[in-house]
Amino acid sequence: MSGLPPHMAPALAGSAAQPAAPLLLALQQAGVQFGAQAALRDITLQIHRGDRIALVGANGSGKTTLLRLLNGLLPPTSGQRLLPAGGRPPITAMLFQRPFLLHFSVRRNLQLALWLAGVPAAERAARVDGALQRVGLQAKAALPARSLSGGQQQRLALARAWAVQPDILFLDEPTASLDPSAKREVEQLIDDFGQAGMALVMSTHNLGQARRLANRMLYLDAGRLLADLPVDDFFHRTDLPPEAAQFLKGELPWT
Amino acid sequence: MNAFSESVSVALNLIAQADAALWQIVALSLRVSTTACALGAGFGLLLGAWLAVARFPGHAVVVGVLNTLLALPSVVVGLVVYLLLSRSGPLGSWGILFTPTAMVIAQSILVVPLIAALTRQLVTDALREGGDELAAMGAGRLLSALLLLAHARLAVLTVLLTAFGRAVAEVGAVMIVGGNIDGVTRVMTTAIALETSKGDLPLALALGIVLLGVVAVINLAAGLLQRRGQAALPLTAGAAA
Repeated sequence: MSGLPPHMAPALAGSAAQPAAPLLLALQQAGVQFGAQAALRDITLQIHRGDRIALVGANGSGKTTLLRLLNGLLPPTSGQRLLPAGGRPPITAMLFQRPFLLHFSVRRNLQLALWLAGVPAAERAARVDGALQRVGLQAKAALPARSLSGGQQQRLALARAWAVQPDILFLDEPTASLDPSAKREVEQLIDDFGQAGMALVMSTHNLGQARRLANRMLYLDAGRLLADLPVDDFFHRTDLPPEAAQFLKGELPWT
Repeated sequence: MNAFSESVSVALNLIAQADAALWQIVALSLRVSTTACALGAGFGLLLGAWLAVARFPGHAVVVGVLNTLLALPSVVVGLVVYLLLSRSGPLGSWGILFTPTAMVIAQSILVVPLIAALTRQLVTDALREGGDELAAMGAGRLLSALLLLAHARLAVLTVLLTAFGRAVAEVGAVMIVGGNIDGVTRVMTTAIALETSKGDLPLALALGIVLLGVVAVINLAAGLLQRRGQAALPLTAGAAA
């Protein structure tokens, strides 16, 4: 960061990933415009293998829009979304606050996700079993997915993500609607997924969770990326942009 | 009043004795309307799913027209199909006017807008809930819409039952293109109209009771499906394994 002239570095930045970690996805001065309103402005960032990114900011700051942009659900209206040159594009999966499960059995929901991801039929059964085992839902395989509890549904959504073995997993406030014990289970699984090598990009309102799960923090304010720092720096640096410092103070009033 | 109660008792007797003429009419009604709904479902479900995801200039106009056609009078459908199929019409060479096939065509046309409009709404609502997630899993828009039809299959079945209720109870279209020929194209509604005008109230009443019964069973089935749809769906639990 210190070496870059200010106009080259739109956000306060510092890398958390291994320098040699392969690049998976990047945004280059990307913006998203909804009618007259700019939802995201001039976002430049890179996601590397091993990144565990927490995306924080107030409601309406553009966290969900940024996740959608990164995941390709939304095209940038300015700037670019870049995939690494050569090789295959990264496999991505996304976890929503309230997972959308189809009115089928648990197993059928997983099979469908694998079919949509283009996984060959011969591989699907083993992957489904592996994913169910990973999240501890083997015993529920034949049940209707929608009959599961909130925490189990989120675990099934995690199994669905696990089954397609993504390079990057996007998570949009994955535990916001869960009770504390379900929240712990889901957090543990997310942590395991990160350990297993998936890059994580997670929006959250819970700074404790961000600290537990992430190694890199992005702070968004009114559609602009104001900070992109290793997690420890974000919580301890004294030269944060005033908006981010204010946000931290509001969220962690005792510090 | 006396004549009425007498008619009702004769009508109930006809039903109880499984009068052959009566059941022939009932069977043709059910066959024509079921076939029409199956055909209408083929077009209507696809049209509705496609309209839920398609974006093209004039889309709003098409949807507006479709919603207007929900109130399509059956006699108008009958008239149009009659003009198409009559000997001097463009499809006159088919020679199917005054046959059950013509009645099936007319009723199919009648139910397509109903099925398509309700399906479009249903898929639009489901897309709002899960469209992003399906897209994130790699499903294109049309594929998402079709998946959501399978996902919301109980609601789809309710739509089809509604369409069947409309088809089996309509009289205008089948009267015009079927001609109400005894033993060939006579269905419950046209028979009721004819027998009433002839003064054979017991047969008309018997048919009316059966028709009401059919519609009641359909409504009951639709209601049960809706209630079941609100609870968890055990339908496919075993099938998926």
